[in-house]
Amino acid sequence: MVTSAGPTYDVVVVGGGVVGCAVARALSHHRVSVLLLEARNDLGAGTSKANTAILHTGFDATPGSVASRLVARGWHLLRAYAPTAGISIEDTGAVLVAWDDEQAATLPTLQHKAEANGYPHARVIDAAEVRELEPHLGPGVTGGMVVPDEHIIDPWTTPLAFAHEALANGATIETSFDVEGIDVGPEITELRATDGRIRRARFVVNAAGLQGDRLHRAFGLDGFTIRPRRGELIVFDELARPLLQRTVLPVPTSHTKGVLVAPTVFGNVMLGPTADDIDDREATGSTAAGLAALREKGRRILPALLDEEVTAVYAGLRAATEHSDYQLQAHADLRYVVLGGIRSTGLTASMALAEEALSMLAGEGLALEPSAEVVSVRRTPLGERDDRPYRRGGRIVCHCEHVTEAEIVTACSEPLPATDLDGLRRRTRAVTGRCQGFSCWAEITTLTGWDPAR
Amino acid sequence: MSGARPVLPEARVVVVGAGPSGLAAAAALRHAGVGVVTVLEREQAPGGIPRHTDHLGFGVRDLHRVLRGPVYAARLTAAAAASGADVRCGATVVEVGGDHVVLADGTRLDADAVVLATGIRERPRSARLVPGDRPAGVLTTGAVQQLTALHHRDVGTRAVIVGAEHVSFSAIWSLRHGGCRTVAMVTPLPRHQTYAPLRWLTAGLRRVPVHTGRTVVEIVGRPRVRAVRLDDGTELACDTVVFTGDWVPVHELVRRAGATMVPVSKAPATTSGFHTSITGLFAIGNLVHPAETADVCALDGCRAAVSVLAWLTERRWPQAPLPMAIDDPAGTVAWAAHTSRGVTVRAASFGAGTLELLDGDGEVVGRSRRRRLVPNRSITVGARVGDGVGADTAVVAVRRRG
Ligand SMILES: Cc1cc2nc3c(=O)[nH]c(=O)nc-3n(C[C@H](O)[C@H](O)[C@H](O)COP(=O)(O)OP(=O)(O)OC[C@H]3O[C@@H](n4cnc5c(N)ncnc54)[C@H](O)[C@@H]3O)c2cc1C
Ligand SMILES: Cc1cc2nc3c(=O)[nH]c(=O)nc-3n(C[C@H](O)[C@H](O)[C@H](O)COP(=O)(O)OP(=O)(O)OC[C@H]3O[C@@H](n4cnc5c(N)ncnc54)[C@H](O)[C@@H]3O)c2cc1C
Repeated sequence: MVTSAGPTYDVVVVGGGVVGCAVARALSHHRVSVLLLEARNDLGAGTSKANTAILHTGFDATPGSVASRLVARGWHLLRAYAPTAGISIEDTGAVLVAWDDEQAATLPTLQHKAEANGYPHARVIDAAEVRELEPHLGPGVTGGMVVPDEHIIDPWTTPLAFAHEALANGATIETSFDVEGIDVGPEITELRATDGRIRRARFVVNAAGLQGDRLHRAFGLDGFTIRPRRGELIVFDELARPLLQRTVLPVPTSHTKGVLVAPTVFGNVMLGPTADDIDDREATGSTAAGLAALREKGRRILPALLDEEVTAVYAGLRAATEHSDYQLQAHADLRYVVLGGIRSTGLTASMALAEEALSMLAGEGLALEPSAEVVSVRRTPLGERDDRPYRRGGRIVCHCEHVTEAEIVTACSEPLPATDLDGLRRRTRAVTGRCQGFSCWAEITTLTGWDPAR
Repeated sequence: MSGARPVLPEARVVVVGAGPSGLAAAAALRHAGVGVVTVLEREQAPGGIPRHTDHLGFGVRDLHRVLRGPVYAARLTAAAAASGADVRCGATVVEVGGDHVVLADGTRLDADAVVLATGIRERPRSARLVPGDRPAGVLTTGAVQQLTALHHRDVGTRAVIVGAEHVSFSAIWSLRHGGCRTVAMVTPLPRHQTYAPLRWLTAGLRRVPVHTGRTVVEIVGRPRVRAVRLDDGTELACDTVVFTGDWVPVHELVRRAGATMVPVSKAPATTSGFHTSITGLFAIGNLVHPAETADVCALDGCRAAVSVLAWLTERRWPQAPLPMAIDDPAGTVAWAAHTSRGVTVRAASFGAGTLELLDGDGEVVGRSRRRRLVPNRSITVGARVGDGVGADTAVVAVRRRG
């Protein structure tokens, strides 16, 4: 009847964050037609771009939870996949640090918890050993626990790598498509955008992150409500990088993993995140109180860090719900799967969540026959330890981050191109450095033809 | 190659940065007879910041005339070329030492001396930890200048300028080039910090209000700036915010090389002859004193050439310079550095007093009585010092009295 709706896809994935992109990629390896719908003008532009970028072992998860299982599995999958796809990853390890006797007393419990989560390599150490590992830590360390397998990873390339691979394997991707209405028919579900456009699918996967509960309700379902938990972060200049070797974690509480100091694959040092429950699902701004709190914590953890220049401040919103665990559900009658409440570990768990989604879809009756041939896609890694293009010559445009003209041109012309500064930042690192465009922004607007004020 | 006949034909000096200081150093070194002088510049054309600064005010002390920035940059570039210096653009240096530099593609150039002239940048919004949304339309003067003067782009319609030092007022001009009206300026200090005539020509004529004693506590708007909020609750509607001044030296190379740094200015400590603490490595221009005018930087280059020559011929390096100690319990003085004109002192707050320069024996080697110490403004105190090689003549402390 409606031709403007186009073909009926076997599966529509709603939400182009790291989770939705991972699902689309996994589906694209099978003989099914796949459509990924993203409300924003780019993929990975929501919570997936604003996190602490740690590939967690899951040592501190709640044993027996879905999250515990999928973080552990996701760690293995993404760690293996990253190098093949050009996603920079570094095997830095982490040390969890206790700052008073009470915290030190909980360390053995944390080590047991790690074991219960299937992670056997966490080891409690004393204050002297902590200091030996991280000599720049502030005074007052009472003990610690090493977690050798925590990695740091490039969070920006991860969803883009998934999406480009999905595309290369036949998936369709539409951005600026904000799904508002759902109409579940006997065989086909219609998805209506805010502007009235319609797409049709046999099966729908909800990977809508912060909006996951709203989409869930559009299916007539209930059971979880998202209350964003904002995390503000401060990124310090690369000159701070020698101050630490590995991620420095605090003793976690039930509310949050706490404020950590972590190196990034881009060569910076990150301090954060805070944890504030808020109502506005778009409130990714920073606050004076949040920044002051981070600076106070940072001064205690790594005093010299505060003397270094700041390159960026941002905030990400965790899709927290009234439940502590992920909200994964399959509704065979609706041909619907929801990956909800993926709160603070979704980057790590993304590939495991995709596996999970596929097995739930199969359980609902979707035939998932592997494709005869799967195309893999390798992106140019952005990490400071990787072989970056500038080292092979080429005109450098962004001087702080050493981004070449060719990389900028590629980012604006690749299959899923950057259409604004934010997209360019995540594809190339341009303008993410210490000068924030003082020397290159004008040049970039000329190269891209973008409105400088955008 | 044209220029003077080399007296040190075998010597090679590498200069990093082709701004006023680097270009002037290169020309002076060639004229002094250095065989090979290579200037490495990461941008596509030499000239440094003046190349982007399309207004009058350049060249007074070195060329003895008043030029527009791009004209001034072109003159220094021509002079360096005429001297026989080899100026290479699109050449980013990623590592330096006293005897070599490494380019982005891994090429290593060995040298008998290295002169760093990498200049400064403005502290951007993030580094100033200004909270709020992260909309488009938040810029620095550097970006505005390039957009309007070099690329002829429009930037917005209503701008709020953060800062009230010289460059903040010059930003009003740059914004006008880009069709943007300045609606307000904001400074946390009790008064603006520029010369009355410059203030009058820019903000005065256009009746731009300067909110003194105020800080921006929030940037509001998504996806474009809508307003900034001040600490007294005032909301200033605007679509552009320009963060001006608050200079940081482009000090990454010199810090990674392990040079002794001056804490507050974040510049390398140097002697009056611009030696750093690393043998063979010199630092000049705004990298050393953020920020002086271009002519002062160019004269640094000329003066440094004398020390470089002495180093090449005598192979003597002074005791590692330390940051000049500040003796001012009132906290009015923030830092001090050597310039081609003497010692420049930066005030942290408005005040008055006598500034004295002391050598290692506590002898006063320079003195200046000031009725007005103004923050963010160059305050130069002349000094009776040598080339920095003899410790006896080095200024080791700045004392403020009264
Ligand atoms: C401060 C912070 C630190 C974190 N640190 C880590 C970490 O170190 N390691 C880790 O593994 N994880 C971390 N996380 C968690 C991780 O970032 C998230 O779990 C993950 O990004 C969630 O991905 P997502 O795809 O579910 O959500 P999102 O990235 O939010 O993607 C959902 C997408 O769906 C789109 N969408 C929503 N509604 C609709 C609709 N109706 N129609 C179409 N599209 C729609 C949105 O625009 C969005 O792009 C952190 C999170 C935060 C906030
Ligand atoms: C808005 C504004 C208005 C101004 N108005 C005036 C005025 O009216 N009159 C006046 O006299 N002065 C003015 N100035 C100041 C003047 O621009 C500076 O004093 C002068 O440019 C400093 O010279 P410099 O050589 O130290 O550094 P810069 O001019 O900053 O040059 C440094 C050079 O080093 C290069 N570089 C940096 N790192 C590397 C690297 N790793 N590898 C290779 N190259 C590198 C840079 O690309 C740059 O070209 C103004 C400045 C601004 C921002």
